[in-house]
Amino acid sequence: MQRGMAAAVIVGILCSVVGCYVVVRSMAFLGDAMAHAILPGVAVAYLLQGNLMVGALVAAIAVALGIGFLSRSGMVREDTAIGILFAAALSLGVALISSIQTYAVDLTHILFGNVLGVTISDLWLTGGLALFVLALVFIFFKPFLVVSFDPVLAATLRLPVELLRNLLLILLALTIVVSLQAVGVGLVAAMLVTPGATAYLLARRLSTMMIWAGAVGGFSSVAGLYLSYYANIASGAAVVLIATAFFLLAFLFAPRRGWLWRLLKR
Amino acid sequence: MAGHGSSTAALLEASPGGVSEEPARLLLDHVNVSYGGVLVLEDLSCQIEHGDQVAIVGPNGAGKSTLFKALVGLLPLRSGRILIHGLPLGHHQDCVAYVPQREEVDWRFPVTAREVVMMGRFRRIGWLRRSRSLDEEAVQRAMHQLDIADLSSRPIGELSGGQQQRVFLARALAQEPHILLLDEPFTAVDNPTQEATLSMLDQLQRAGVTTLVSTHDLSLASERFPRVMLLNRRLVAFGPPALVFRPEAIRRAFGGQALFLDGAVVVDQCCPPGSHEDHGVKP
Repeated sequence: MQRGMAAAVIVGILCSVVGCYVVVRSMAFLGDAMAHAILPGVAVAYLLQGNLMVGALVAAIAVALGIGFLSRSGMVREDTAIGILFAAALSLGVALISSIQTYAVDLTHILFGNVLGVTISDLWLTGGLALFVLALVFIFFKPFLVVSFDPVLAATLRLPVELLRNLLLILLALTIVVSLQAVGVGLVAAMLVTPGATAYLLARRLSTMMIWAGAVGGFSSVAGLYLSYYANIASGAAVVLIATAFFLLAFLFAPRRGWLWRLLKR
Repeated sequence: MAGHGSSTAALLEASPGGVSEEPARLLLDHVNVSYGGVLVLEDLSCQIEHGDQVAIVGPNGAGKSTLFKALVGLLPLRSGRILIHGLPLGHHQDCVAYVPQREEVDWRFPVTAREVVMMGRFRRIGWLRRSRSLDEEAVQRAMHQLDIADLSSRPIGELSGGQQQRVFLARALAQEPHILLLDEPFTAVDNPTQEATLSMLDQLQRAGVTTLVSTHDLSLASERFPRVMLLNRRLVAFGPPALVFRPEAIRRAFGGQALFLDGAVVVDQCCPPGSHEDHGVKP
């Protein structure tokens, strides 16, 4: 339980902070697609008896770069490219999994997460990767800010726009893979978007938005795990439900941007 | 500085600007730019002198924005070259500042006015370093000059249209550019902002900054700018307003949009859909 709690908090904070970019850059659909695109990678890794996390990471990065390639040619729009690759990868994953005779426990855990099954070496890996991603987000804060807010200024200031975009996609892929064990494929996208969206309603700046998001994500993980323990429901679902409750609170009562504020101002 | 002498000489024939011994601040040499596979700017050559102020006018789709995007290196040249101080694009890192059209900015982004202005300093500060007091002062000065110092901690989405534009002008000032590009700064802004923009241009001219401004406002172009570039995918005319705004040049640039009554010219420039959208601009 303690290890599970630690893993959940790390993942909650990591997803939420990286998710701020997902929210401000309108990449929610992309995040969802990458999470699902992980399935075939995991299935192949399982069939080859390799490391599931490595398989997942390879698949996520392949899909991210594939979407970039398809949409850059200009022949299809980006959301169309995402839709195609998302469905294809998901189908491939389901096909591969259904060919596996024994429905292994490991695979269902990839789908829905199993935070209580976290081993001590899992915890080290999760913590190490999370620290790595967060460090890069911190170091590259200014270039990422300019590339996200104003790509034209980024080009004027001679920033490598394409490179930074791909780096951001790789960080997103890493975040999703690290989070699989705690919340599973189905719910990673929610942890990427919901705390970030909550923080968006509360903050005026990207930096404070990230702090708010991390706080909401981390607290949702703790509260969600307690909820799952006492109400006996799936842990990933409990965490996401708590995060959603926070979003609703912010949506209704956030100063300046909340529904109630706007109602009173009118 | 010896290498580009011959190219300048070759270009002088094509340029209506007159003979100059000094290297031009900005030199376009048979520039072709395509956008999405279509050639938008064709064989554009001209020479813009140090500290000059040029209004760029022409119908929609004439390639005004495309020219700007090529000048900041955002669109590659299909052929030809652009020289700044005699050197190709990319040699001077901080040289060109660009104020985008309002529609190109995501106003919902969580960023404060001050942060936007500070972005103009990022290149000088260094991408991985903290800002120095020198940069803080430059930002403060720029915001004071455009009368937005009291808005510094406000998110840009909560500002009025004119204030938003002034934030981007302040950012361009903080960048301390040699060449400033303003894309439609007089479209859909209030009067104080237009005046603030014009007085900033006057001040920049005294500081020797070369400025290119695209606009739909032909009378503003002829009254407030020493030089006008009339563009319609090719260079139609370039020079002082009195020489550029002649019936035959206007007819060549605007075609059927121009109507000639005795002694008067009427140009119908229906703006593209969306450019008059209300972005919180107070009438």
